Amino acid sequence: MAPDLEYIGWDMPRPDAADKAAGRAVYIHDLTRPGMLFGKIKFSAHAHARIVKIDTSRAERLPGVQAVITAYNTPEIRIGFMRDNFALKKDRVRQQRDEVAAVAAINPRIAAEAVELIEVEYEPLPAVFSPEQALAEGAPLVHETDPRGAKRTDNRLGLRYHHESGNLAAGRAAADYAVAGEYSTQLVQQSCMGTAGCIAEFDQNNNLTVWAKTQIPFLAQRDFNQALSAMGLRGKNTRVIVPTLGGGFGTGLDTHAYEYIAILLARRSGRPVKILYDRGEEFARLSPRQSSRTHIEQGCDKKGRLTFRKIEVLLDNGAYTSWGATYPTVMLLPATSLYRVPNIYFDAGLVYTNNTYCQAMRGYGNPELTWALESNLDELAAEAGIDPIELRLVNCNRPNETTPMGLKVTTCGLRECIDSVARKLAWKNKRLSSANKKTGVGMASLIHVGGGGRIYRSDGSGLILKLDDFGNVNVYYGGVEMGQGLHTVLVAAVAEALGVLPEKVFVNPTDTGTCPWDVGTHASRGAFMAGNAAVAAALQMRDKIFEHARELYTDLVQKNIARMSKREPGYSPPDFNISQAAKDSRFEMRAGVVFVPGAPDDPVLLVNLDVLLRAIHFRQQGEVLVAEVFYDPPNELPDWNKGYGNMSAAYAFGAQGAEVEVDCQTGEVKIVKLAAAHDVGRVLNRQTLAGQTYGALAQGVGYALYEEVKSERGRIINPDFRDYKIPTAAEMDFPIELDFIETNDPAGPFGAKGVGEAGMVPTAPAIANAIYDAIGVRIRDLPITPEKILAALEKLQPSHSPIPPRKENHPCDT
Amino acid sequence: MMRITFSCNGKPAEVTIEEHQRLIDVLREQLGLYGTKEGCGQGECGACTVIVDGRAVNSCLYPAPEIEGKSVLTIEGLNQTDNHLSALQRSFVEHGGIQCGFCTPGMIMSARALLDENPHPALEEIREALTGNLCRCTGYVQIVDSIKHAACKDEKHGA
Repeated sequence: MAPDLEYIGWDMPRPDAADKAAGRAVYIHDLTRPGMLFGKIKFSAHAHARIVKIDTSRAERLPGVQAVITAYNTPEIRIGFMRDNFALKKDRVRQQRDEVAAVAAINPRIAAEAVELIEVEYEPLPAVFSPEQALAEGAPLVHETDPRGAKRTDNRLGLRYHHESGNLAAGRAAADYAVAGEYSTQLVQQSCMGTAGCIAEFDQNNNLTVWAKTQIPFLAQRDFNQALSAMGLRGKNTRVIVPTLGGGFGTGLDTHAYEYIAILLARRSGRPVKILYDRGEEFARLSPRQSSRTHIEQGCDKKGRLTFRKIEVLLDNGAYTSWGATYPTVMLLPATSLYRVPNIYFDAGLVYTNNTYCQAMRGYGNPELTWALESNLDELAAEAGIDPIELRLVNCNRPNETTPMGLKVTTCGLRECIDSVARKLAWKNKRLSSANKKTGVGMASLIHVGGGGRIYRSDGSGLILKLDDFGNVNVYYGGVEMGQGLHTVLVAAVAEALGVLPEKVFVNPTDTGTCPWDVGTHASRGAFMAGNAAVAAALQMRDKIFEHARELYTDLVQKNIARMSKREPGYSPPDFNISQAAKDSRFEMRAGVVFVPGAPDDPVLLVNLDVLLRAIHFRQQGEVLVAEVFYDPPNELPDWNKGYGNMSAAYAFGAQGAEVEVDCQTGEVKIVKLAAAHDVGRVLNRQTLAGQTYGALAQGVGYALYEEVKSERGRIINPDFRDYKIPTAAEMDFPIELDFIETNDPAGPFGAKGVGEAGMVPTAPAIANAIYDAIGVRIRDLPITPEKILAALEKLQPSHSPIPPRKENHPCDT
Repeated sequence: MMRITFSCNGKPAEVTIEEHQRLIDVLREQLGLYGTKEGCGQGECGACTVIVDGRAVNSCLYPAPEIEGKSVLTIEGLNQTDNHLSALQRSFVEHGGIQCGFCTPGMIMSARALLDENPHPALEEIREALTGNLCRCTGYVQIVDSIKHAACKDEKHGA
């Protein structure tokens, strides 16, 4: 790749920004179809109950109602990769948000009224609301049979993730210091500003179009086609079109019951049906991030070298299974490969409960595991009397190493990231400052997939470039722009690699009918995959263009000369053998102009791409130019029972640090400063990258300090932004110092690695470690609320504390 | 049913509404101004912010009958003639103030109301003015930057 890049690394504005600034971008909220009806769902009133009777007669009689459906008058549609969920529930509900009926009406008001008229009679059943309850002997079963109909005997899911490497006993024996602890994380709502919704519409041949708020258009197509089969429409097809998304953050990694219900309502009514969740439904009827409990023990020798790490994770899956149940696949990364640890045991399991079922969110298990690992590592540092940064540097990952999980680390800038954070926090001064301080600094690191993440049988991404007669480049890509800046990267990568101006590159809407297959926009893979696919397609396209140029360049230049001679009598063409140059030269193209490198500097020798394209097109046996690639990254699907396999083609590393001030009277934590240093391979667009990282840090701050979906007996009790606080501009009032370390990964487009999720992975432990540094209090369950800090301060008696306070006088005593 | 007249983006508007209707419904459903977004319907997220007689309000809480005789400015009203963005909107585009964009119209309207009242706000004043506008993508840093730049660049930020 040329060292002097024109568009990569430059702060090119987002191609979608102007429309968004003008209020023109069309979200699912704004989309309508002729004849469209509005669907509304009737949800369960119980966390676990037998459905005795559903009476829909009053709803059906309401004027304006066009369809009323239940599981009793529609085909059974199973959903989720374990097939344990149903679009509409029959006989039994297993969580408070279970879908028991739905209506379609001519406007949202009538639909809402009709849902209220549906009467459901339940017989409540005993329920389980925690993993302990679910695993207790004689606990009621959330599912009495598995999807194949075999009797289940307990509430454990049949998913198990396990890894062992080295010799745990030997590692333990070699440890001079060891610390064990249990760390937990809470349910968190992704809180997309644009709520969930879809439109389903059949044509007269029973093919389906779904406008979906999804991150996986092609897996959704497969899921919806399976639903069509279940509805007796085998062989019929779904076209999935993705409108502008009001955020994603993992909510679009699964297909959802509401989408299947819209499909059923569209089928029943014969009209397009839109279902749009309001904020209350988004909070209470959509799946949040999973809660987790991690028991971890790590040990090191006198020099601080880690000798072993033992981790056991228990996840509350809720009542059904989404892809979120595969969080442990990503937990394996930090568990086995963050720092160099020779002896490792990892085991993760999930249990069904009657709580809301969970799904993906940014980081996908990594923030949960890193929270435990990096908090515990700080406790180990205190136990061993080693500076926490020193402990991390002693065990730091290095380039070109293969980790115990078999991850083939190519580039690794972790050491530089840790150094950067230490510098930005003025670590040495702050750690050594007065004993009576109430401010503290802490840090934590991360490893994440940065080169795709193979958790499915294909990790590929297709891309088509289509040139038109005007020199425009149309891009068809199956990944999803959800605000992260994917289209910005696509435009820059295509313009750079092809040699055209960015304003001539148009990214078309994501549509399974026009775009080639892509596994989905998850695992921080968007820029990495799209960039690699774009570069490969652009190189292919350049070959095609230059192949034709060999044939057509001479003619076109002669025409330029003729034109010039006519305009300027006496013009003499450059002394240059044009036809010979065309025959043996390698052409070049920059800014949409084809030329022969080294030729004399005369405009007649330059051929505009659009002129060349028209010459290629408008002739006998003419051609239009299309280039198409399917980029499948060089990674492998791990064996989850062994926890082994190189799941990504590159790995992202990073470190974050926090300086905090704790008010010992109120327990409030004030963030004084955050520092984040990320090994991103190469900066593709600094503005977009910074935006992603700032946003991830804000989510990390919310995760660390206050965000929590609360439930009582399976019912979400804070389903609005009044009671579920996400950071506002007022909370984000501290300086954030970003540092992007460029390691130029050989697998990445222009050297870049994925970065979308990394920014929220280590934020919470960095803050917790800073709180410990400030006041000697270690909070092990998120979020770190003022109540928990006050309670911990209350209990902090030097003689009873598991870890002796570092300072002689506790700062809160002053 | 009642008939109300008001000014919308500098042009006269007349609509028939039901008494319980909200301003956001009038704007979106009756006037086709889809730039105003509904993020929560409870006045908590600010995506539906519009300016009524110079004051930023949540149009999801604002009763439509009360708009009678007043002047409403929505995101569509900031666009200049011949499809040009205003300086404030351009600043959001140039300084990375936009990601998914769902909060953007509301953010820009809150910013516009702030700058109308206080053309040179301090950073804290900008943050304070945005506390009613939630954003999940940006962490607010580049939004605050965008507004700061708009304020510095052009006293007449609306032009």
